[in-house]
Amino acid sequence: MQEVELQDILTSREDGDYIINIGPQHPSTHGVLRFVVSLKGEMLDYVIPHCGYVHRGIEKMCERLTYPQIIHLTDRMDYFSAHMNNEAVSLLVEKAIGVEVPERVKYVRTILSELGRIASHQLWWAAFGMDMGALTCFFYGLRDREKILDIFDESFGSRLLHSFICPGGLMNDIHPNFQKRTKEFIKYFRKKLPEYDELLTGNIIFEQRTKGMGVMSRQDAISYGFTGPCGRASNFACDIRKKYPYSAYDKVDFKEILFDEGDCWARYKVRIAEMWESMKIIEQLIDNIPDGDYTAKMKPIIKLPEGEYSQRVETAKGELGVYVVSKGEKNPYRMHFRTPNFNNLFPISQLAAGNKIADLIAISGSLDLIIPDIDR
Amino acid sequence: MPFNIYDFSTTTKAIDTFLKTNMSPTWAFVTELAIVGLIILIFYAIIGLYLVYAERKVCAFMQNRVGPNRVGKWGLIQTIADLIKLLMKELITIRKADKLLFNIAPFIVIIASFMAIAAIPFAKGLHAVDFNIGVFYMMAVSSIGVIGILLAGWSSNSKYSLIGAMRSGAQVVSYELSVGLALLSVVIFSGSMQLSTIIESQANGWWIFKGHLPAIISFVMFLIASTAEINRGPFDLAEAESELTAGFHTEYSGIRFAFFFLGEYMNMFIVASLAATVFLGGWMPLHIGNLEGFNHVMDFIPPIVWFFGKTIFVIYVIMWFKWTFPRLRIDQLLTLEWKYLLPINLVNIIVIAFIVLMGWYIK
Repeated sequence: MQEVELQDILTSREDGDYIINIGPQHPSTHGVLRFVVSLKGEMLDYVIPHCGYVHRGIEKMCERLTYPQIIHLTDRMDYFSAHMNNEAVSLLVEKAIGVEVPERVKYVRTILSELGRIASHQLWWAAFGMDMGALTCFFYGLRDREKILDIFDESFGSRLLHSFICPGGLMNDIHPNFQKRTKEFIKYFRKKLPEYDELLTGNIIFEQRTKGMGVMSRQDAISYGFTGPCGRASNFACDIRKKYPYSAYDKVDFKEILFDEGDCWARYKVRIAEMWESMKIIEQLIDNIPDGDYTAKMKPIIKLPEGEYSQRVETAKGELGVYVVSKGEKNPYRMHFRTPNFNNLFPISQLAAGNKIADLIAISGSLDLIIPDIDR
Repeated sequence: MPFNIYDFSTTTKAIDTFLKTNMSPTWAFVTELAIVGLIILIFYAIIGLYLVYAERKVCAFMQNRVGPNRVGKWGLIQTIADLIKLLMKELITIRKADKLLFNIAPFIVIIASFMAIAAIPFAKGLHAVDFNIGVFYMMAVSSIGVIGILLAGWSSNSKYSLIGAMRSGAQVVSYELSVGLALLSVVIFSGSMQLSTIIESQANGWWIFKGHLPAIISFVMFLIASTAEINRGPFDLAEAESELTAGFHTEYSGIRFAFFFLGEYMNMFIVASLAATVFLGGWMPLHIGNLEGFNHVMDFIPPIVWFFGKTIFVIYVIMWFKWTFPRLRIDQLLTLEWKYLLPINLVNIIVIAFIVLMGWYIK
């Protein structure tokens, strides 16, 4: 496995290289991403990812919108971690104007984030199994995810993009059935998650295809900013929920899952273990939601004082950073999102070089990429 | 016309004498050939269509859904609708493709499987071509299908197709060895390659029981190797949709694609019926040695029902593989064959030869 510098790749494409394009339309790049792959027989020489097919100019659009309006845009970046994206911007605004949200809000935000994390990992498992060829996994993962989406549908009116967490608190109070349904879901999923292990984790074909594949060393993970479950699989302790706790994370007891090997198998195991931990977090919080307001008192027009502000949260994919430069008006002067998928994507040339095409699919599946997050 | 469901030879003899009395012997022969060919063609088409339907239903059952159930009662006419759609599609010709090879590739695949179907014993007296080298013939004829795959990949003038075809070619050629050796085990047990003799020799029990442990090992290896032969299940790298679009048949459309598709399902049928014939007794009911009463009861079920029952069981197992396991990578696939299956097979054959010499099996 060679270490390839991006500069070298971009200038060293020679005429004799056997180049194929995987994507932008392809059943297994999850979203619109193009891999320019150079092959030597069945072996990969280098991979150049070309992103930007889903670029919508979110950061530019934010400059013309007010902060409550920006929440709706953040939903659409990494749509499986919609709650967590909303939370990032909301926390930033609350920190900047110095508003303290009620306890109830903190608990509900944490529960929603963890439900979103489980849903995201369920879909990842479904798609990963499908890429590996075990098509049944797709249906099992999505069947279980439907339960979470039903909870969201009943409480917020939409299955995927809710825009529920907004500056000051929540958009509305939670539905009376929310607690009951969440508890039912946890009971149901605790029985179903071992099925996932039976189908994929214990399968020797799957282990052979993921063990030792796409190894990322700890040093490289830190240099590349390879966060989230991918980073934790390389023993990089980067869980923002532990390092810089926000919302109700300091009140719950959960483990940070770390593995040593840094290969696809470790990334797989981290996410499965994270689903168990998320269920533990929800169980600790769901019965103890304090009563109170669902939002703090906010001015109708939110103006951030002049200055620079930032906030980090842990989405299902890794560390999301939000950075705002404000000139004292109701729109940010400049808003920047440091998205986890961007940093997770680009080491792929180093991870996949020297392996075969089938391994590229396995590696990119284990990185759990959401392309709109890369392109914003 | 006499019709005995337990022995179709009464019907076939009646037709034969009828034709010979009314026409000259050569014309009678030609007519018989035409009738047999037509029946096999129709049978092939119908079984192909309903195998596709069965796969969709079985797959849906394993994935917690329903499968086709709108077109016709229980979705039975679904495949016919799909066939009509495929027939009406435009046959896209690629500009730089090698036209002759591109056009004949699907036909080679279909012809190979037709030739193999002709030699399958469906029931007592319903055996179109009974060679004295039956097993060898089946192996040889299935190998012709590889040429179709390689031609398809090469002549498509597309990198994806070429990669898919080369993988598939390597895979099929490697696994033919294991299939051959697994079949060879029963040939050693029964002493003949003729399929009807092999079936007759199972009149006191199926070879999978009479040949105890080595026969079971051969059966398992035959199942694994033949799933790889037909490019199915965990060995379907050649047409892995999530990796290389559709591999060697990416560039085919309409009826040509239908031929590849149908060819794959009929190969599954051939392989399953070969397993059923050689290991599980073909059309021979389940007999246990000399238990007259039990054997008599088993004989009530017509042989043709036995044959199709066993074939359907093996087909179900093959489908089960596909929808459960992830895919093997090409090098893992070839490692499995050359480093694991082939040595086990060779040792098994030596053991079986020894067992047959010493007589340590149920004759």
